[in-house]
Amino acid sequence: MSRTSETSDVGSDVTPDVLVIGGGIIGLVTAWRAAQRGLATAVLDPEPGGGAAQVAAGMLAAVTELHYGEETLLGLNLASARRYPEFAAELTELTGHGLGYRRCGTLAVALDADDRAHLRELHALQRESGLQSEWLSGRECRRLEPMLAPGVRGGLRVDGDHQIDPRRLAAALVTACERTGVVFHRVRAERLTVVRDRATGVVTADGTVLAAGQVVLAAGSLSGRLAGVPEAVLPPVRPVKGQVLRLTVPERYAPFLSRTVRAVVRGSHVYLVPRENGELVVGATSEELGWDTTVTAGGVYELLRDAHELVPGITELPLTETRAGRAPARPTTRRCSARPTSTACCWPPATTATGCC
Amino acid sequence: MADDPFVLGGTTFTSRLIMGTGGAPSLEVLERALVASGTELTTVAMRRVNPEVHGSVLSVLDRLGIRVLPNTAGCFTAGEAVLTARLAREALGTDLIKLEVIADERTLLPDPIELLEAAETLVDDGFTVLPYTNDDPVLARKLQDAGCAAIMPLGSPIGSGLGIRNPHNFQLIVEHAHVPVILDAGAGTASDAALAMELGCAGVMLASAVTRAQQPVLMAEAMRHAVEAGRLAHRAGRIPRRHFAEASSPTEGRAHLDPERPAF
Repeated sequence: MSRTSETSDVGSDVTPDVLVIGGGIIGLVTAWRAAQRGLATAVLDPEPGGGAAQVAAGMLAAVTELHYGEETLLGLNLASARRYPEFAAELTELTGHGLGYRRCGTLAVALDADDRAHLRELHALQRESGLQSEWLSGRECRRLEPMLAPGVRGGLRVDGDHQIDPRRLAAALVTACERTGVVFHRVRAERLTVVRDRATGVVTADGTVLAAGQVVLAAGSLSGRLAGVPEAVLPPVRPVKGQVLRLTVPERYAPFLSRTVRAVVRGSHVYLVPRENGELVVGATSEELGWDTTVTAGGVYELLRDAHELVPGITELPLTETRAGRAPARPTTRRCSARPTSTACCWPPATTATGCC
Repeated sequence: MADDPFVLGGTTFTSRLIMGTGGAPSLEVLERALVASGTELTTVAMRRVNPEVHGSVLSVLDRLGIRVLPNTAGCFTAGEAVLTARLAREALGTDLIKLEVIADERTLLPDPIELLEAAETLVDDGFTVLPYTNDDPVLARKLQDAGCAAIMPLGSPIGSGLGIRNPHNFQLIVEHAHVPVILDAGAGTASDAALAMELGCAGVMLASAVTRAQQPVLMAEAMRHAVEAGRLAHRAGRIPRRHFAEASSPTEGRAHLDPERPAF
């Protein structure tokens, strides 16, 4: 512990080899790994581990989130999913933090004939792509998850799609960074400084100039609007607002759900992610509302309405939290489904790594 | 009626009227109505009461010495209903459960597939299962075969007061049942309750007809009499229906009046 503070004190005055803009999951992982490999590393974020990690459900769903035309992303996601158990174990061993990593699988279900046809199509694409997924009848789905609505017409069982608790993951990563000597600057980045087409550091919101050997831009949806980044390399990301609810499954109702359950209800996606500690995450709206993070009555209503149609018994559970976050989205995909260990879209001289869980 | 006991799930009752508590304007009115009805068994939605809270409807029942029949109102799936029944057993220490699994909120009609599945699970789990069911003789038989302690078909949708819409189905259900058949839902007034009993039902379950009446206490008393009257009528055996009149007064030995002096 004393080593951490010493390193921090000394580190602030030294020009770091790597400066990571954004202390979300991607930024923290990048910083931790860089520091592990002996690079003097700093992270710039007013609230490391805050942001989208506090809202996201943490589905690691490479297979159920497969879309046509995203085979490259699928490759990255699968590679990430394969490395996740080891990554989680290493992080837990270093920090002593539980991460809520749970290999419980996912069940994607259809509630009517249209949804069923859509899921059958996804199943075909999964098989063409060589992925493991099993088609189940409505009855088989409900045998697995008795709380599902009687109207379930069929579903896909994907045992390889896991989950992690992004809040605990972010907290563990902050600890891991501290243990490996990463310096935190708890302030917002104002602009990137570029000298002769090369990123040399940042100017912070309080006017401090920070120089660095390498700059990694990992600010999530904010990456798309950092001043000073040359137009040609400005990452094309925008924020998509997502409202997420947290319910609690009391001990006497446990387990209630044993795996992540998701569906498309009248065109909107809804998922229920049950954690081992009894938390049940219900999400998410997808709203093109820029930087807004207001929780609205309509958003909560729609989530509860759709979740209730999927799992009627949720009405008995305590509603413990409502929150909205910003997921970074690229023009080519619905949302970035990048994973901490897999995404680093690199180009010299600055590096961007932007994703969400 | 001591000479005609009503046995349900191994317990003997004198009253054949099972009451519900929903819809009463106040606990005070409910209490007086329950007393007037003479009921010995009253159902309570387990999702809406906590046995540990004093002053609730459970306290009223406790004070009146009325046995509690927990129900699974509000459940849409067998899974929820089974869970609710288990919580009720834990909370109230009774194996009795009035099993309700509804299909939608608009009609509140039972979901027969979920109902049968939940009934099978709960019977296996040692419950005395009283299922709220459609007036379908086939489903009724399957519920009986599953080991339910009674069959509780609806006369018409819950709270509708439309009476028994298909008396013939009730007759079919009663004819094939070797467990008590109890009218559940649909009674609007006393004649509905009497008809159920005349059709051979072993009892009547109702709530809204009393709790939402203009004078709940009066209607509760009416229902008590109706159930008793209907039961007596059933036991007595109704006369065959005839097409033409049959004089009820005998003509033999009639008084012989003076033909010289007409009576009018």
